[in-house]
Amino acid sequence: MADFVQHLHPVLQALIRAVLLVVPSLLLLIVIIWWERRLLGWMQDRIGPNRVGNITFSRTSRLVPKFLHGKKFRLFGLMQPMADFGKLLFKEDITPSAIDRFIYFTAPAVALFPAFAIGGTIPWGPYQYLTPVGDVNIGVLYILAVSSLGVYGIVLAGYSANNKFSLMGGLRSSAQLISYELAMGMSLACIVLATGSLKPTSIVAAEHGPLWGFNFAPFTWIENWNVLTPTGLVAGLVFLICMVAETNRAPFDLPEAENELVAGYHTEYSSMKFAVFFMGEYASMFAYGLILSTLFLGGWHLVPIRFAYLAKADSGFGDIWNVLDTLNGSSVLAPVWFVAKGLGVITLYIWIRGTLPRLRYDQLMSLGWKSLLPLAVFNLIVVAIWIMATKLSSPLMGWVAVAASGVILYALYRTVNKLNSKNRVDLTSRTVFMVDEPPQGREVELVEPAPSVS
Amino acid sequence: MNGVPLAAYIGLGMIMFTTGVVGVIIRRNPIVIFMCIELMLNSVNLTFLTFARYQMAARSSDALGMQNSLMAGQMMVIFVMAVAAAEVAVGLGIIMAIYRLRDSVDIDELNLLRG
Amino acid sequence: MNQSIGGVAITPELLLFGAVAGAATLCAIGVVAFNNAIRSALCLVVNFFLLAFLYFTLNAEMLGITQVVVYTGAIMVLFLFVIMLLNLGGLSLLVERRDPKKYLGILLGCGMFVLLGSQLLPQLVSVNAKTLDPEMAKFGGPEAIGRTLFTTYVYPFEAVSILLLIGIVGSIMLAKRRI
Repeated sequence: MADFVQHLHPVLQALIRAVLLVVPSLLLLIVIIWWERRLLGWMQDRIGPNRVGNITFSRTSRLVPKFLHGKKFRLFGLMQPMADFGKLLFKEDITPSAIDRFIYFTAPAVALFPAFAIGGTIPWGPYQYLTPVGDVNIGVLYILAVSSLGVYGIVLAGYSANNKFSLMGGLRSSAQLISYELAMGMSLACIVLATGSLKPTSIVAAEHGPLWGFNFAPFTWIENWNVLTPTGLVAGLVFLICMVAETNRAPFDLPEAENELVAGYHTEYSSMKFAVFFMGEYASMFAYGLILSTLFLGGWHLVPIRFAYLAKADSGFGDIWNVLDTLNGSSVLAPVWFVAKGLGVITLYIWIRGTLPRLRYDQLMSLGWKSLLPLAVFNLIVVAIWIMATKLSSPLMGWVAVAASGVILYALYRTVNKLNSKNRVDLTSRTVFMVDEPPQGREVELVEPAPSVS
Repeated sequence: MNGVPLAAYIGLGMIMFTTGVVGVIIRRNPIVIFMCIELMLNSVNLTFLTFARYQMAARSSDALGMQNSLMAGQMMVIFVMAVAAAEVAVGLGIIMAIYRLRDSVDIDELNLLRG
Repeated sequence: MNQSIGGVAITPELLLFGAVAGAATLCAIGVVAFNNAIRSALCLVVNFFLLAFLYFTLNAEMLGITQVVVYTGAIMVLFLFVIMLLNLGGLSLLVERRDPKKYLGILLGCGMFVLLGSQLLPQLVSVNAKTLDPEMAKFGGPEAIGRTLFTTYVYPFEAVSILLLIGIVGSIMLAKRRI
């Protein structure tokens, strides 16, 4: 199969890659929307979107053919995305009058472009042609570059509509994306530093090596997925949070907070132009899912077990291990596992959306700047120490150094936190109490209600 | 790029630089003036990279040992980018501060230092 | 295609370059010509994007992608952010006055271009780049840049990092109302 593609004309190869870049995300879009509706319906205990569209035929009517009498067809809520799509397609397309016309019409396209382009350097399988744009040696930087272009669609949409709510949404969103991009870049830097390459296929290859770089028994059986190493786990968590923030999903969907900003930057967009923003959001969710799977979850392998090594080491079950190795991702199944992992990450997205309430704006900023960025930078330092210690002595010493530096950095953090706690601003004055209890820690004069005149 | 004369790249750099200079002279909006300065910096970057590439092409392949001198153009571009980033952060901060102080950012009205 | 104009062979690469360079020039003029600051900023974004493409054609792929990350991804977003903040504060668009000095400025700029171009460009028309062999083509990759940056250029690198730190602190000092 691989040979067949390699002998094609370069233009055809490029075409295959472009199709691979755009078509799967477009096809999976409707599946993702359906899955989100259904899953959210379950999580929020709602009957409706998760089962809409069941067809039950009459038992007695003559209009129904006999073999259908009393039959019930369940569509598992598949009609919901259809209905959504129909609504978006046939809604009246309203264009406000006092807008910046050119920017207003280009903004949805600008928003859609990075969502489809961001997956360009992600390898879908062990074959070279399965990387959409090309397996270049700046692949990780390409991801950062394209993700930073995602701001423009939102900012331009917010600006061009000539609406205060849109503008506020656009401003919030650009501030949010800039803030979280830093932490995202730092967490990617950890992976790049640990692997020593900016090439996604090299990162995946490093992830398929023995766990933690150890060359003895239990560790050689397991793959070195970045999420299984301590530093990679921290980087992965930071990346996950930043990824949710970059796609403007709950709990970071402040730009489109309904109760504050109507619908944020796309308030003035209706019908298909709104649908394009919607599509962009879901396509970039999927693309980020693939990126997370590549950089942290071992690429296209299904389980982190090195069957190829086991086949070599253990001759007794050699054939079984070989079969398992083929199933695990060294065959045509690899893209399937890869997409499955991407969909798993999307499930995580939906789970987060169904669980966590939206952050307040200052909470969002302090999370990005005061928690995630320092954590990612500390992690980068620990990775550098690990590389030093590993190169100077052995992998074991490397992980000892990681543990030691982790403990030292945590102690440092606690000390700074304790020293800092003295002049911390008391936030109770900013807290809004929804119940009639007096706030604790402060003396509040209780005003007696005036006796009503009867 | 193979087949493109050096003059083409340098000409583009010159056009961009000239446009930037004209913009700095004729515009009154300080943000646009800032953008024109960025334009000039970028045209210089383009020129650096062009010369780096064409100098590379003029050498034979055994010149890899003297890579340091060949990398000079690219290093310069990295430093220009870093300085531009710092400059923009401070410059836009200054513009915001002026706007807060005077409710206007017209560059012709900022003439406190005129004698 | 063996045609040539003024001794320069017309190659597909030259046509591609011409298209990109023409678009970049138009965008550069747009930055100066548009009265609306947002449109100027957008023109500049497109210009930087096209420049990144030109960097790719010059085998400097690392710097091309850095151009996108730094300029279009960070600096121009900051510009747009500030323009929108100023708009939010009720600032009407600055209307450019008609001013004879402006025409003088344009004339001066064109004169500078003509002077520089007439002296420099004719010398460079005959200089052409041959295709690099694969070993040499790596000079724009991350390995080569990283090695040089952290060996020969390590002191300038540290100086620039300090400069950036000062820039961060300075912009915070400027932006904060009370310290």
